[in-house]
Amino acid sequence: MKAVVIVFPGSNCDRDARVALEAATGRPPAMVWHGDSGLPPADLVVLPGGFSYGDYLRPGAMAARSPVMQAVVRAAKRGVRVLGICNGFQVLTECGLLPGALLRNAGLRFVCRPVRLRVETARSPFTNGYRPGSALRMPVAHHDGNYFADAATLERLAGEDRVAFRYLDNPNGSLGDIAGILNEGRNVLGMMPHPERAAEALLGGTDGRALFDALAA
Amino acid sequence: MSAPNDELGGLAPDEYARVLEILGRKPNEVELGIFAAMWSEHCSYKSSKKWLRTLPTEGPQVLQGPGENAGAVDIGGGLAAVFKMESHNHPSFIEPYQGAATGVGGILRDVFTMGARPVAILNALRFGAPDHEATRRLAAGVVAGIGGYGNCVGVPTVGGECSFHPSYNGNILVNAMAVGIAPADRLFRSAAAGVGNAVVYVGSRTGRDGIHGATMASAGFDDEAGQMRPTVQVGDPFTGKLLIEACLELMATDAIVAVQDMGAAGLTSSSFEMASKGGLGVELDLDRVPQREEGMSAYEIMLSESQERMLMVLRPGGEEAAAAVFGKWGLEFAVIGRLTGTGRMELMQHGQRVADLPIRPLADGAPEYDRPWTPAPPAPAAVVSPGNSDPMAALRAILGGPAGASRRWIWEQYDHTVMGDTVGGPGGDAAVVRIHGTASGLALTSDCTPRYCLADPVEGGRQAVAEAWRNLTAVGARPLAVTDNLNFGNPERPEVMGQFTGCIRGMGEACRALDFPVVSGNVSLYNETNGRAVLPTPVVGAVGLLADLAVRVGMALPGPGLALVLVGETRGHLGRSLWLETVEGREEGPPPPVDLAAERRNGDFVRAGIRAGRIAACHDLSDGGLLVAAAEMALAGGVGAALRSPLDDAVAGLFGEDQARYLLAVEDPEDVLERAAAAGVPARRAGDTGGSALTVEGHSSISLDELRDLHEAWMPAWIAGG
Repeated sequence: MKAVVIVFPGSNCDRDARVALEAATGRPPAMVWHGDSGLPPADLVVLPGGFSYGDYLRPGAMAARSPVMQAVVRAAKRGVRVLGICNGFQVLTECGLLPGALLRNAGLRFVCRPVRLRVETARSPFTNGYRPGSALRMPVAHHDGNYFADAATLERLAGEDRVAFRYLDNPNGSLGDIAGILNEGRNVLGMMPHPERAAEALLGGTDGRALFDALAA
Repeated sequence: MSAPNDELGGLAPDEYARVLEILGRKPNEVELGIFAAMWSEHCSYKSSKKWLRTLPTEGPQVLQGPGENAGAVDIGGGLAAVFKMESHNHPSFIEPYQGAATGVGGILRDVFTMGARPVAILNALRFGAPDHEATRRLAAGVVAGIGGYGNCVGVPTVGGECSFHPSYNGNILVNAMAVGIAPADRLFRSAAAGVGNAVVYVGSRTGRDGIHGATMASAGFDDEAGQMRPTVQVGDPFTGKLLIEACLELMATDAIVAVQDMGAAGLTSSSFEMASKGGLGVELDLDRVPQREEGMSAYEIMLSESQERMLMVLRPGGEEAAAAVFGKWGLEFAVIGRLTGTGRMELMQHGQRVADLPIRPLADGAPEYDRPWTPAPPAPAAVVSPGNSDPMAALRAILGGPAGASRRWIWEQYDHTVMGDTVGGPGGDAAVVRIHGTASGLALTSDCTPRYCLADPVEGGRQAVAEAWRNLTAVGARPLAVTDNLNFGNPERPEVMGQFTGCIRGMGEACRALDFPVVSGNVSLYNETNGRAVLPTPVVGAVGLLADLAVRVGMALPGPGLALVLVGETRGHLGRSLWLETVEGREEGPPPPVDLAAERRNGDFVRAGIRAGRIAACHDLSDGGLLVAAAEMALAGGVGAALRSPLDDAVAGLFGEDQARYLLAVEDPEDVLERAAAAGVPARRAGDTGGSALTVEGHSSISLDELRDLHEAWMPAWIAGG
């Protein structure tokens, strides 16, 4: 599998994503700079966590309009898998690949803690390594992770089995406890928790590893 | 010496007389501003350097001692740990969010200026009384500011400390420590070299913020402190992150001769320091300095403390490569001058020479004071009647109140897992961060017990160092070196100077006894409001090495059926204890004495036991003594324990704060006790692990659920206004 990690100015989980991908696939992903207008051939594009463009305007808003994202959107429409983690999820909602928005946390503060998630669907290339209904533990670390969408969208997401993960202990006020969602084609996943920070026992957990392993398989 | 005078730019009259002597004429406004900044307490350490020189700074592990942007120690594998701690006390009191945020930004710059990628941040915070009107707002703002900067730059905030005392009501302390990792043979330093080489400005543009920051930090507060808000710098962590990446990218080439961050006194101190250390002159064209606003005067440009700026000297021909790197990251890059052989600092603006100062005499002529000091009078012994009060009631009061409550509310606002190397985050004795790409790790801590330092500065200074050393030892690490952040009141008052000299003496003794040299540091004086000083607070930040991350322990009790072993001698010292302060409401007595030989012996014994796999969990005993330590171990592991008081007087046995002690959970207590006896280390069985409650034999017990609830409840309730 050929993986690409997009690096925006202000990305800060790009190295973490690279480490997790390399562990799963056995080779380092290509790191692609935000100013590039083209994408190298890829089976998977990862939009990493961080504060792209300093969160100016809104988290993810500027990155969504960067040259490289135009190429990412085209690739996603061709069926290339796209994984947005944390700020990457925010970018995915801002560029329209995923519905809804990520608002300021209900508690109004940045929150960094391990949370428990329930796997809602195994029907995606990201989650087919998990048993539906199983509980996972991963860290969150964000200020703007409060998922919001209108009632019709929420209903549609649930009806189309597009909610990938829900929080068991909602840390940010997300509607429906939503922690991660898929696009209609099921090849784009956005999630606030960090699977790449839960891929090694030494760092406190391995529940995120199955996501990368599934993508590498 | 005499009082500073506003008309003399903040210089004392005798200092001004020396300026006249050096120049042979009156300085103009720009020149006077430069002298005042360079000779401020903040930049010149004029009250403290006589004493700082007495600290040990050398050891085989030391790659860089004090005098550069940060210190550095060898951590094996061709790598160096680069670290420093610095205060941002005055700005954080005036404007807590920006003050704390720029404190983090500034200390990060100190570390990556040395060529190190920052890998961890810690912070030591002191706030006023929880019921003081300003404390809640200041604490919330400082914590948000630290998180706001550290989270955005993507460097994990892995540890620190926070305490409350009324002496900080008008003068909080915000000390931030940054740790980075660099190739040991590629440390960057600040001494300029090469006449004709380009002096280059990179980073953010220069604005009118932070002017007089250094001089503001060199004076006490009065009730008008709020009017100083324009002297506080404004941080931009996004630019800070770009600056880290751009500098490290350029540092991987051979373009840079020397580099210095623009911190206190901005362009003045950075250009001056670089030229001074290199024995050269420097000529700057201020028109070329990237500016955020129009019409800035030379004075404003030279004394601005705008953040996220660096000064570099480049090799001939390095300019193009450097410009390309900074262009890629969208940062300002400008050649603003050249090194000269004149030994002078010459500043040009609009074609005029606006300053012309001799560098060597200005540096050599910097004032140095041997300020009068009076030793702190010994504190009379605290009279404590043998207590038969309920230890669990006291434990509830300590763990459920400001002194002992969980700091989770603080550290959950810090991203402590970014970078994917945090093995042990906040809440333990020492944080543990993996050295990226290796099986080794750094152990990191910051410690100080100001109430001890007030009662006996020498013992307090010893204790701060000893506790940091113990905290590193308690995870199994080899303590390497320290950085210090010395926060005191007005040094012109002999009793404050007495606290300062006493603490330094104690710290020096402990550092020597424990082979724990000081490699960097910062002094913050004038921490007082309306003539009332803060508690003497010499914070010790420390770094240790875990050669193999597989061989380490935490404080969490790993399971039932283990024996608790108490290492170190328990005498039941209750003077200045948390118990005395919290339960009896008394701040009395001398602090516990520190026996440095015992510290070393007991610590070496514990570390060897961890390395040999004989110890399953370990916690250093400090604030609150044995029962608090046992409670923290039980809470961390979710495993109960039954504890025995080592003394008949349960209060003294359970809450005494005798030093050089550790509580261990072990499988084979007989073996550990035998080895302790052979090593001359006092040790005894102190109980057993198991169950879901914490019990003291012969006294009551408390369920872990109740204990956890009360431990976690205080801080969120307090912040919410409860």
